[in-house]
Amino acid sequence: MLKTTATVCCTLLGLCSAMPAGAAGGQVVIGDIDDLSGVYADAAGQGAIEAANMAIADFGGTVLGKKIVLLSVDHQNKPDIGATKFREWADQNGLNMLLGGSNTGVSIAMAKVAAAKKVPFIAIGAGGASLTGADCTAYTVHYAYDTTALGNGTASAIVKQGGKSWFFVTADYAFGTQLQEAAARVVTANGGKVVGAVRAPLGTTDYSSFLLQAQGSGAQVLGLANAGTDFSNSLKAAEEFGITKTMKPAALLAFISDIHSLTLQTAQGLYLTTGWYWDLNAETRAFAKRYFAKMNREPTMDQAAYYSATLQYLNAVKAVGSTDPDLIMAHLKSTKINDMFTKEGYVRADGLMVHTMYVMQVKTPAESKYPWDYYKVIKVMSGEEADGTQPDPSCSLLKK
Amino acid sequence: MTSIFGVPLPAILGQLMLGLVNGSFYALLSLGLAVIFGLLGVVNFAHGAFYMLGAFAAYVGLEFLGVNYWWALLLAPLAVGLLGILIERLFLRHLYQLDPLYGLLLTFGIALIAEGVMRGLFGASGKSYPVPKLLQGGVNLGFMMLPIYRAWVVAASIAVCATTWFLIERTRLGAVLRAATENARLVQAFGINVPLVVMTTYGAGVALAALAGVLAAPVVQVSPLMGSSLVIVVFAVVVIGGMGSILGAIVSGLVLGLIEGLTKVVYPEASNIVVFVIMAVVLMWRPTGLFGRD
Repeated sequence: MLKTTATVCCTLLGLCSAMPAGAAGGQVVIGDIDDLSGVYADAAGQGAIEAANMAIADFGGTVLGKKIVLLSVDHQNKPDIGATKFREWADQNGLNMLLGGSNTGVSIAMAKVAAAKKVPFIAIGAGGASLTGADCTAYTVHYAYDTTALGNGTASAIVKQGGKSWFFVTADYAFGTQLQEAAARVVTANGGKVVGAVRAPLGTTDYSSFLLQAQGSGAQVLGLANAGTDFSNSLKAAEEFGITKTMKPAALLAFISDIHSLTLQTAQGLYLTTGWYWDLNAETRAFAKRYFAKMNREPTMDQAAYYSATLQYLNAVKAVGSTDPDLIMAHLKSTKINDMFTKEGYVRADGLMVHTMYVMQVKTPAESKYPWDYYKVIKVMSGEEADGTQPDPSCSLLKK
Repeated sequence: MTSIFGVPLPAILGQLMLGLVNGSFYALLSLGLAVIFGLLGVVNFAHGAFYMLGAFAAYVGLEFLGVNYWWALLLAPLAVGLLGILIERLFLRHLYQLDPLYGLLLTFGIALIAEGVMRGLFGASGKSYPVPKLLQGGVNLGFMMLPIYRAWVVAASIAVCATTWFLIERTRLGAVLRAATENARLVQAFGINVPLVVMTTYGAGVALAALAGVLAAPVVQVSPLMGSSLVIVVFAVVVIGGMGSILGAIVSGLVLGLIEGLTKVVYPEASNIVVFVIMAVVLMWRPTGLFGRD
């Protein structure tokens, strides 16, 4: 009995690991380190790998006469796994560029490796604005969205409609706290106030206790500074406990995959901010159609960004005629981005890709006319409106 | 307003109520684990996966087969229980003679496979299951709005726990089960088919997990990972209660739910570790758990 108890306890302490990689030489090697199995796997995950592969295929499969290879691995939301794998690929597999997936904590760890190994790192799934602030490096590009833009989008739209007092339910790690800070800044700047916040551990399944505290605060707006299943579970519980009747829920980060799994019945009326939506225009729909044929679901903003980032990197390699990281970074920072993801996007000195963002409202079941017809555009924000006109002063690259 | 340690009384009452709801889930899940461990000596790490499969069975039933919630309460545990029986027949049976560690590794592997398959089929963000019509809405308790569904969960889980306890500890069937685990050979000599008893017991333990899954489906997102985040806590609950103790599993499930609820008022950041802190303290003080036998 005792021995078994001890065995169970030991097993509880540490589990899981590993997967294989590819090879190098005469190739251009692109890596993808992302959450392939956890709470964020639907936002990017396998779909993002497919999107990157589509970009490679569209580019012709070779650049400068070299074959383009894509490696991928699951970081399991663990910063040490992400950083170790990145280092290993850089040392042993001739990695030329890394695409990084969800989880700000992992991306911060990988950005440090990017700086040490001088390998360009395009962060896509992660939201934390510190990637181009306090944690910025000369080799990081933050591509799809950041917490600043999310706050400027959703929070300002709601405050301007009269939602002045806020209570936050925040995912208790780098992403959640940065998202809450960004939103709180916008709320106070627009004359609102933050009456309270509670930090829930990542992967919490029962949000009722936290929501009860939110309700007790008497705030008008329930700010959900979380993502993935954390977001779905907190919103579901808010509805169940009748909290959405007295408080207006604000999704500070929601992907179309979340809305799809929550269904419009639960998610209707919700405000959210996104960098891309499949049904924006003919170009986005054309990409979505091709993607849908492979994955049987519409792409999220992250998945679209994976396609765009891969293509822009390959364009840069072709333009400068080499995979030299400094030449590539200089090219990326001096060339406008025009593709199905965005128009006139540009990479700022601190590494942030500044581009148009959209404040959306989730349609009601009655408004939705066809499958995946989920959003209506409330506001189009220019890149500067979303992320400010100046680079983040806390980025060390700017202090010369 | 009345307050205790600076926390208003209504807030404490509300959190205690929610703690009771969570405790019901813990109790139901740890009960199944305790039954399986107590009677088979198997550390069933796939328990969270069976809970998840129960919820998905309810979802698939509703979405594709027209099986409503009430039928799902019966059919999903039955289906998942049968799967459990199949696993016992094909795999677990061969490990009874070995160290419990082998059973643990096998069931852990099964859990990973089940999660992977469901992720492939339904995606990581999972699916929504609606609250059944009859149980929608809530009651205002004065200090909080209690959704009727959650009240139902508490009632159902306590009823199931009590029945299971009674069956095992107070009936002839239970006596046979307990005797079969004490001395299988002797019981077999009385003409009782012990392998059949063991197989059914595992199926029943698995069915309990699936039942908890169906009960949980309307309140949490039905997702492939819903079990793995819970099973670790539930194991801690079982360890605290004393591995194999039925009563220990039920009582510590409910009590730890309450303690977790209180922690969420006082220091929310610690709410997901408080159970493990208690586990550590209990293990130091009573290594066999609160209700365990030496």
